Amino acid sequence: MSLLEARGISIAFGGLRALDQVGFAVDRGRVLAIIGPNGAGKTTLFNVVTGLYRAQAGEVRLDGREVTGLPPHALAARGLARTFQNLQIFFRMSALENVMVGRHLKERRRLWAELLGLPSVLRENRESREKARELLVFVGLEARAEEPASALPYGALKRLEIARALACEPSVLMLDEPAAGCNPVETEEIDRLILAIARRGVAVVLVEHDMKLVMRISDRVLVLDQGRVLAEGTPAEVRSDPRVVEAYLGRHGLEAARAA
Amino acid sequence: MSPGTRTKLVVLGALGLALVLVPFLLPSAFHLRVAALVWINATAALGLALLMGLAGQVSLGHAGFFGIGAYATALGPKHLGLDPLLSMLLGVAAAAGLALLVGRPILRLKGHYLAVATLGLGILVHLVLVSEVAITGGPDGVQVPRLVLFGWRVAGPEVWYAITGIVLLLAAWIALNLEDSSTGRALRALHDSEIAASVAGVDVARHKLVVFVIAAVYAATAGGLLALFNRFVTPDVAGFLRSIELVTMVVIGGMGSILGAVVGAALLTVLPQALTLFHDYEHAVLGLLIILFMVFLRQGIVPGLAGLLVRRRPA
Ligand SMILES: Nc1ncnc2c1ncn2[C@@H]1O[C@H](COP(=O)(O)OP(=O)(O)OP(=O)(O)O)[C@@H](O)[C@H]1O
Ligand SMILES: [Mg+2]
Repeated sequence: MSLLEARGISIAFGGLRALDQVGFAVDRGRVLAIIGPNGAGKTTLFNVVTGLYRAQAGEVRLDGREVTGLPPHALAARGLARTFQNLQIFFRMSALENVMVGRHLKERRRLWAELLGLPSVLRENRESREKARELLVFVGLEARAEEPASALPYGALKRLEIARALACEPSVLMLDEPAAGCNPVETEEIDRLILAIARRGVAVVLVEHDMKLVMRISDRVLVLDQGRVLAEGTPAEVRSDPRVVEAYLGRHGLEAARAA
Repeated sequence: MSPGTRTKLVVLGALGLALVLVPFLLPSAFHLRVAALVWINATAALGLALLMGLAGQVSLGHAGFFGIGAYATALGPKHLGLDPLLSMLLGVAAAAGLALLVGRPILRLKGHYLAVATLGLGILVHLVLVSEVAITGGPDGVQVPRLVLFGWRVAGPEVWYAITGIVLLLAAWIALNLEDSSTGRALRALHDSEIAASVAGVDVARHKLVVFVIAAVYAATAGGLLALFNRFVTPDVAGFLRSIELVTMVVIGGMGSILGAVVGAALLTVLPQALTLFHDYEHAVLGLLIILFMVFLRQGIVPGLAGLLVRRRPA
């Protein structure tokens, strides 16, 4: 049984069938890439799995337990973390504090102790700050820890989101276009980060348009088109699948095939 | 020292200094009474600053909770023969209970809808206070018995100055503790992105409810203090204008700032007294001043001035 499994997910917005019987599975330490043209339903699938949208059909299982329809914070408590395609940053907080919020579930949060500022709370603040700093080092942002998040450039914010998502020590990490808008150097950096995260035993689900990145680091690839699964397999299988090449990858696919 | 601890020391130090200095600079009974009013209003504004500045939620009916605290303090002794202090504590508990009860459905609303819903809550409380004449005394208001603690009659402007000042200091200390905690970070987070906060594991609905209840407790405590201090309350304490005044204190002082709430409360309490010189134009001048403050120090007085100081400092 896989760590995270989605089966038969369907959701429609008005008349538009954004997802139609879509499913996937991913194991610890593995990278599953979800690719497909704009509007294929990749982000929608993320939103369903992480509890932001409620699917009309289908089920999600996490670590063997059914978690369909649970609110996002309950899913986070079960080890599910994600980043956003359209950045969701706490702009009024520093980079470090953004990551500290990611520690929320690891903190004890006893309100009375917090209101009285008991030593246990101060100790916990210190622990969260240290952990957050380690994660900023991991994503290469330690030099900007104290800066307000609003002062950071786009590429840095993408990595900040990854650090924040890692802060709750998730078992599944879902990344929605982590390399979008990043230059080749930054993309390579993110490539390295994802592999390091998977090596720690985290199951990674990745939406990405950068085919080179996808082919390089994924164990399996799921291809979506107009809300339906077009193909699923290893990068090599997907790359050579004529339907994929024809319907989606087209010219880009041939390029990617040659590049690999 | 952590940044949170440093902020705590600076703010409490500044506040403590003000509390000690004011009686030396302005020793008359009248000035002490006005200062006590400032501390009371600041306590209420502080709670609202947590709700608005920290968590980004609006309440346009906050005087309703203030009124519940004030009237409980007045009516407990009158109808039930209870001690005024006990009545005040019951009033604070009642305000917390009401906030808990109405908070969950109300806080699901956003922006304008939340504003209107809280407005409705405030108007409802005011309406009850005005119309239930047999219980509340109606628009004429009601007398509050003198507070007696272990046989000591609590009286005199100096004593009330000290009591209200200490309560404010405690309120500020608790607010600062909250800011520098997991819950405080979660509140600031949901202010910026509820989606990202919930995905990070924050139970957004619960956290909004918690800060709403805390803000209600602050307001009711201030209301109870006002009743004990003034020995008389009228429904005005829960009125719409009073709610707007509280919001203005928070905004003018600087939304995210604890000291800002105190400065805003001081300004809006002292200015009307000072502006009586302008007779009929008092309100117009007050309005004009508020507009000027908002134009020139948009972030509020305390953060605005702090920003100016930082920018002036040579690099
Ligand atoms: N909340 C919503 N309300 C209405 N329609 C929506 C909503 N969310 C997504 N959609 C629609 O569902 C379809 C799939 O959108 P989705 O964002 O999942 O695509 P995507 O594969 O992530 O595309 P991209 O590569 O551009 O990010 C689109 O047609 C989109 O307009
Ligand atoms: Mg998308």
